[in-house]
Amino acid sequence: MRRPRISWSTRSGRALVYQAAFLAILVLAGWALWRNTVHNLAARQIRSGFRFLDQRAGFDIGEGPVPYTPDATYLRAFAAGVANTLRVSLLGILLATPLGTLIGLGRLSRNLLVRALSAAWVEVLRNVPLVIQLFAWYLVLTELLPDPASPLALAPHAFLSKAGLQVPLPLWQAGGLVLERPEVGTFGVTGGLALTPEFLALLLGLVTATSASIAEIVRSGVLAISKGQTEAALALGLSRAKVVRRVVLPQALRVIVPPLTSQFLNLTKNSSLAVAIGYPDVVSIANTAINQNGQALECILIIMSVYLTINLVTAVAMGWYNRHVALVER
Amino acid sequence: MGEPIIELRRVNKWFGRFHVLRDVDLAVSRGERIVICGPSGSGKSTLIRCVNGLEEHEEGAVVVDGVELTDDHRTVERIRREVGMVFQQFNLFPHLTVLENVTLAPIEVLRMPRAEAEARARDQLARVRVADQAAKFPGQLSGGQQQRVAIARALCMQPRIMLFDEPTSALDPEMVKEVLDAILDLAQQGMTMLVVTHEMGFARSVADRVIFMDHGRIVEQNAPGEFFAHPENERTRDFLAKVLPR
Amino acid sequence: MSEALSAAVREPPPPDGGAVAWLRRNLFSSVPSALATLLLVAGLAWLLPRALDWLALRAVFRPDYDACRALEHRAACWGFVAEKHRLVLFGRYPYSEQWRPLVATLLFVGALAASAHPRAWRRWLLAAWAPVLAAFFLLLRGGALGLSPVDPAEWGGLPLTVVLTAVVVAASIPVGVVLALGRRSAMPLVRGLTTLYIELVRGVPLITVLFVASFLFPLLLPQGLKLDALARVALAMTFFQAAYMAEVVRGGLQALSRGQGEAAEALGLSWWRIQRRVILPQALVLVIPAFVNSLLSTFLDTSLVTVVSIYDLTGALRLALGDPRWREFFLEGYLFVGTLYFACSLAMSRYSHWLERRLARWART
Repeated sequence: MRRPRISWSTRSGRALVYQAAFLAILVLAGWALWRNTVHNLAARQIRSGFRFLDQRAGFDIGEGPVPYTPDATYLRAFAAGVANTLRVSLLGILLATPLGTLIGLGRLSRNLLVRALSAAWVEVLRNVPLVIQLFAWYLVLTELLPDPASPLALAPHAFLSKAGLQVPLPLWQAGGLVLERPEVGTFGVTGGLALTPEFLALLLGLVTATSASIAEIVRSGVLAISKGQTEAALALGLSRAKVVRRVVLPQALRVIVPPLTSQFLNLTKNSSLAVAIGYPDVVSIANTAINQNGQALECILIIMSVYLTINLVTAVAMGWYNRHVALVER
Repeated sequence: MGEPIIELRRVNKWFGRFHVLRDVDLAVSRGERIVICGPSGSGKSTLIRCVNGLEEHEEGAVVVDGVELTDDHRTVERIRREVGMVFQQFNLFPHLTVLENVTLAPIEVLRMPRAEAEARARDQLARVRVADQAAKFPGQLSGGQQQRVAIARALCMQPRIMLFDEPTSALDPEMVKEVLDAILDLAQQGMTMLVVTHEMGFARSVADRVIFMDHGRIVEQNAPGEFFAHPENERTRDFLAKVLPR
Repeated sequence: MSEALSAAVREPPPPDGGAVAWLRRNLFSSVPSALATLLLVAGLAWLLPRALDWLALRAVFRPDYDACRALEHRAACWGFVAEKHRLVLFGRYPYSEQWRPLVATLLFVGALAASAHPRAWRRWLLAAWAPVLAAFFLLLRGGALGLSPVDPAEWGGLPLTVVLTAVVVAASIPVGVVLALGRRSAMPLVRGLTTLYIELVRGVPLITVLFVASFLFPLLLPQGLKLDALARVALAMTFFQAAYMAEVVRGGLQALSRGQGEAAEALGLSWWRIQRRVILPQALVLVIPAFVNSLLSTFLDTSLVTVVSIYDLTGALRLALGDPRWREFFLEGYLFVGTLYFACSLAMSRYSHWLERRLARWART
């Protein structure tokens, strides 16, 4: 048996040499960067390691479902941040999808006005940076709304003011389900579920901007279904509505789901802009932590892992869904 | 013979500025089998698509079984129940099984109960010899099988007229015969049909009349014997010379 | 029977009914459609006159603070823009030297417009860009030809947005091409590492990359080597954008039929030659529209650098709004900047569509 020769002349030989060289360069560069980092950290007297997560955070977080006080640990602070990220992202996805679908179908409408307005919505929201939209929303909510002492009553027990939106909160108590209603007092509105202007601005910004992208995806999905399908269904005597419902939309859904998932992930990543308007998501918390203890490496790794985990979970779910609904072929 | 079941009177149609159908007059009797041939761009597909309203004519009248086609969608839908169509690209619905493809229209349009629709569907699938594929999806079938399912799907609505738009042009050569045989069966059972095709052998054996179209006009029409043996118009002769095997 | 071809080819008849039929088809084709039309027309009839009033008819256009305050927000105070537009457009660039970033930006945009038409895509185009870029940076940086030096920390506004976009896009394309080729490589280590890099970078938000630039780069560099904030951000955004470019290029490589590579191999060309002379030229042309889209999204993404205190167009606006006297006119400010972004972005996306159509026609011949 001939032994494989690692030589320059064989293709596999060259590949091995290239990869070995590539690896060597990477290792060398990595080592040099590591050395610099250690040196610089020491010079600035910054500690390393994740032990800081057990320490007292010492800063306040304005809102969120995770119970938190400034005496809690950094770990809890990050957990609160993650909860806030998920909170705004999931609600954002839930609201943006139907809105985007409606506008996407609106772009395909026979009515000229509906078509034009849908197109305008999409063009404006996709061509202005999200950061600008968020700042604008935030300033509108905090400058143009009435003072907390004399809020706008949207419904019998829903109040909108510079301090945000307050709505009744269903609570589970001894007697059963009870509604805690917000009350207007001299200094503002107390009680009920409080949605801060930061949360509202981020939510509104994410929902409107993402709805524009979703509208385009829905539109392309419907247009991707070949004209022949519609014609065959019409030739059988089906009404237009039935054609859309039974033939076009089911097929369009398959085309739409992968890019739609991509948009959901984009929305989640875009929620990181919270740091610009002061909503305490995980990136904001990390920013505060870095400014306090200087452990930039660890905090950035934490943020990255959070987002990569969200990505991974979504990718796995998408894969399962795709296999489940793929069109059966030979 | 009685009243014609399809009548086209001075039908004109434009695609933008392109005059695709020019003063077309055609009367088709009940049970008549017509083959339409001609070079590409001559308007033959457009002609039959005007019969079931997939194309709207701009001038003239299209009357199907006594009902004139207008832009009122209810009239159009009513006519489409009487006219079946088979497309060059089959256009089966890939997300539904073969059986579901065939029962979709009877259930949704004729409001037939599912059991009855399925029984009828299986009959039609048996008629075109694909009954054993009922539970499969179109993507799992060969081209010839898919086109036969398409025929069964159209037949399940029990139309009075069948339109075939180049039914074998997208098929591999070895599958053309099985589809033509299915159409032949149908013709022998007395179905009124308009067939756009290049298959001249089929025209010779099945058609009552062969029509040659060019540049949007009906140039020549005749019984197949006369048409192929003594074409009168020079354009017809040119076309046949190119299309018929030597 | 036969018929003579007597009927002449005619012009189509005018669409019947004229205006009324058009209205019926486009606005009132069904009951829900008619309802929608009525609702929308009513809404627009209420909104448009009020918007026109606020935006233009009763607005103040002079930089007159008292007149603006007197409006009490019942109309727009474009005086804010009149007063602060140089701060918003040029950031903290020295006032007397602001003609330089203006000329530089105009030069850059002019060169872009000249390069836009496919007819201009010749070999010398890339070479022609070198003096343009040199002039651009020279005008901004100064320190030669009698121009006073201006530190990059003082660059700002629209020219900074342009610089950042241009540098990031230009640098990320070659890196992206290398990454894309690496991802398709047969060598497992190369393929694995490039895939890991691309998926990692695409999974995290741009903000984290800006944090890396801001907080981590100073730690990674050896003592004594300092990169200013702008350079760090440009570097980080390049690495970020390169991952997305890689996917764009990969799409082009995949769209290219296998036969191309096989034919070249059969001719005996080496791998590198094949990539350089056969595969990449075709793949890159295929994805030019996608490149323009990347350019567009980078342009919009640069607005994020305001979070790490770089005064691009967005950052400069926030600087201008920091003035407590003019702070209340934030809506006018955001409308102004938003419209600027919108106009540039719309132009780029229209160009991308036009290009796509043109290239499709080209490819078919």
